[in-house]
Amino acid sequence: MASSVFSLASATPSASLSSHDIEKGKLNLRNTSLCFKKEKNNPFMKTKSFGRISMVVASNVSRFEGITMAPPDPILGVSEAFKADNHELKLNLGVGAYRTEELQPYVLDVVKKADKLLLEKGENREYLPIEGLAAFNKVTADLLFGADNPVIKQQRVATVQGLSGTGSLRLAAALIERYFPRGEVLISSPTWGNHKNIFNDAKVPWSEYRYYDPKTVGLDFEGMIADIKAAPEGSFILLHGCAHNPTGIDPTPEQWEIIADVIQEKNHIPFFDIAYQGFASGSLDADAASVRMFVARGMEVIAAQSYSKNLGLYAERIGAINVVCSSPDAAARVKSQLKRIARPMYSNPPVHGARIVANIVGDAALFKEWNAEMEMMAGRIKNVRHKLFDSLSSKDKSGKDWSFVLKQIGMFSFTGLNKAQCDNMTNKWHVYMTKDGRISLAGLSLAKCEYLAGAIIDSYHNVS
Amino acid sequence: MIISRFLRRGISTSTSPTRRRSWWDHVTPALKDPINAVTDAFLADPCPYKINLGVGAYRDDEGKPVVLQCVREAEGKTGATNFLESTSTAISSKLVEESAKLIYGEDSDVIKERRFAGIPALSGTGACRIFAEFQKQFYPGSTIYFPDPTWSNHRNIWGDAHVPDRTFHYYHPDSKGLNFVALMDDVKNAPDGSFFLLQPCAHNPTGVDPTDEQWLEISSLFKVKNHFPFFDVAYQGFASGDVERDAQAIRIFLEDGHSIGCAQSFAKNMGLYGHRVGCLSILCNDKIQAVAIKSQLKQISNTMYGSPPIHGISLVSKILSNPDIKALWLKEVKVMATRIQRMRATLREALERLGSPLNWQHITNQVGMFCFSGLTRAEVDQLAKEFHIYMTHDGRISMAGVTTKNVDYVARAIHEVTASDRDIKILHNIGAYKVNTDICSTSLGTKKTRARGMNLAL
Repeated sequence: MASSVFSLASATPSASLSSHDIEKGKLNLRNTSLCFKKEKNNPFMKTKSFGRISMVVASNVSRFEGITMAPPDPILGVSEAFKADNHELKLNLGVGAYRTEELQPYVLDVVKKADKLLLEKGENREYLPIEGLAAFNKVTADLLFGADNPVIKQQRVATVQGLSGTGSLRLAAALIERYFPRGEVLISSPTWGNHKNIFNDAKVPWSEYRYYDPKTVGLDFEGMIADIKAAPEGSFILLHGCAHNPTGIDPTPEQWEIIADVIQEKNHIPFFDIAYQGFASGSLDADAASVRMFVARGMEVIAAQSYSKNLGLYAERIGAINVVCSSPDAAARVKSQLKRIARPMYSNPPVHGARIVANIVGDAALFKEWNAEMEMMAGRIKNVRHKLFDSLSSKDKSGKDWSFVLKQIGMFSFTGLNKAQCDNMTNKWHVYMTKDGRISLAGLSLAKCEYLAGAIIDSYHNVS
Repeated sequence: MIISRFLRRGISTSTSPTRRRSWWDHVTPALKDPINAVTDAFLADPCPYKINLGVGAYRDDEGKPVVLQCVREAEGKTGATNFLESTSTAISSKLVEESAKLIYGEDSDVIKERRFAGIPALSGTGACRIFAEFQKQFYPGSTIYFPDPTWSNHRNIWGDAHVPDRTFHYYHPDSKGLNFVALMDDVKNAPDGSFFLLQPCAHNPTGVDPTDEQWLEISSLFKVKNHFPFFDVAYQGFASGDVERDAQAIRIFLEDGHSIGCAQSFAKNMGLYGHRVGCLSILCNDKIQAVAIKSQLKQISNTMYGSPPIHGISLVSKILSNPDIKALWLKEVKVMATRIQRMRATLREALERLGSPLNWQHITNQVGMFCFSGLTRAEVDQLAKEFHIYMTHDGRISMAGVTTKNVDYVARAIHEVTASDRDIKILHNIGAYKVNTDICSTSLGTKKTRARGMNLAL
């Protein structure tokens, strides 16, 4: 009867016990002695003592015996390998976290100010409502759709504070699983690695649409449109609002219109992941153009937001899920169901990040400051792109077109390097990047562009 | 192509919002969370002397939320460095280590040998949910046993993780105490190796806790049955005022050699409700297994919300690791628990002074934030409508909402609403209607909660 408990364990109870006996022989004895200690204090136990001693030994094995290590996160693994490298020229272009020109992490001034204000205000730490901080929900929807957007005025947007982009995506995925049991999500090939995990764990089936064209190191637009068209009617199409992760390749405004056409034609639902509003072009409004265009067409849209990058609030986990519906009634019902999903996940979202964002976006002076810092950060990345492009063009005499570095947008760039070439980047040049050929420009300084260009050229031409 | 594109666009925007078909037409409004619904009703009430005895959030004697001094001090010491991703991992590890020391005991072998897998979690809810998902993943056919009754969200948490639940006897409506015999029966009759959710102190919603002797017996039977004990620790410090005392149930199980799981919340005992900070830990055979299990727990949380929010984590790890701030915290927990104990005594005295013929011993027998009053649904509704006093439908009173200023009013109101069926209730109290509860008692495996308190089907 006890053996059924261990059916998933790799070892039988007796086998693991014998290994315990050998490795930590004291374990049995110690527990037995504890039993005796208990006998002394507890008069009730005397009659059961014999049974207890024998069973103590049998049940000491963990029932999670057979559990193996989860696969390591590919992106974080890069940072760890970088840390372990002692080479003086090493460069970490792995994780997408903004760094200054001195390659230091950066806390936005406006965030420091907002944090200080919060400390001074000394507000209480009571539970937020399940849907989050009302002030935050208001400003986040205004930021994404535009405060004057009819959908906001008509109360047709269900906005619920979520734990950054990940948490917000998960809420939406759970909503899809609940209300569209046969619904499928289409994600770009490639896309951010965690998208698949989120939909897998939420038990939402997904498939891919073509996106990246390695031949052009650009967008496979024909393939993308064909795959979206071929998907069963009523599919959810996951789109990156701006600054596609990992490629940095965004559709042009004209291409966005065609994508919207096809989605409308096939009665699909557009599902935006906006993790870099402001980081792509430097303008918060410009980066929201794609989402706003879909909404302006009268489409019902799902949009997940994150303030991890654009406000540097990675660790505070602040974001939102928005569902633009065709009526305020639908929005109210959808919001109630998002709350129903959130309550057994974490009850209510964390207050700190929400207050920071609400204070910054809600205060004219702070908001202006934020815009300026946003421009500065995005500007630094644009400059780095230019420098890298110049370095590549001047160093490389083969005539290869490196302009994709300029065409791509946002924190990331898909270099077009294959795995072997990426390995060369790391092993020979001590440049750390993800194996799909993605480099994070946020981790690149102007000073290191020449060096990186050399590494890329060498890897591209001399390794296959 | 261009013309047709404009046409299509024209068609899509021509319909007005109300007539437009929605993807979400089939989405019905969700039922309101029962505890939040109480707060909503309370907020909507314009009466100036309304009282909220619903949600379990501590209030001082002025009825105000409290930010603990230890929290302010910890906050003063932490700065914008919180925001740097590099320090987040270190702070998270510190939180887990300090949380484990707090619940398992600093000198526990589990701590010394690092035989635990732990991750920071989104307070108690988040810790329970991650565990429920973990349980589902590695024991897909298993169920979870809840005490009857339990916190209303437990069922939703394991339910959303697709783990079916059952109940075991816990609360005895006659004695308003623990139904220990039936509890042990249910534990014995459950299939070997079942997963049980236990509340080690200040049971929510009943305030009824087993004695140490009873915990010893429960632990002993768990060993015989090879059950997995999962502890939901939401009130360490709030039951007795002493964090070590409140961890006794867990220490008992540890001494018996159980490899338990534990969800800890710092929402109440540190007043960090809105920061969502807690810890999930699972005891393992050794360090190696702990690493493997931790990686699995992290993976589950990664796809749910990424990493946990750093602010609350940095506060708790600072409070627990700084001896001066920790000493201050322990004092403040004692103050909170003592105030609640005082309010319990005061409320009971007030009811007895009013000449209530009913037995109100349970108000002081029960422990922690909540009192399972025994009030019926009708009486609860009457309290809200006539007296503007709000509590959950099961008659659970959050004692934290009772103050020196409002306790007499609360006593009078309770006396009023219970006085109407006075004769019936006197008879009930002397056992004449015991048969009702026998008929209603559920067998193992059914989810139906029994009629409790003084609600008689007459």
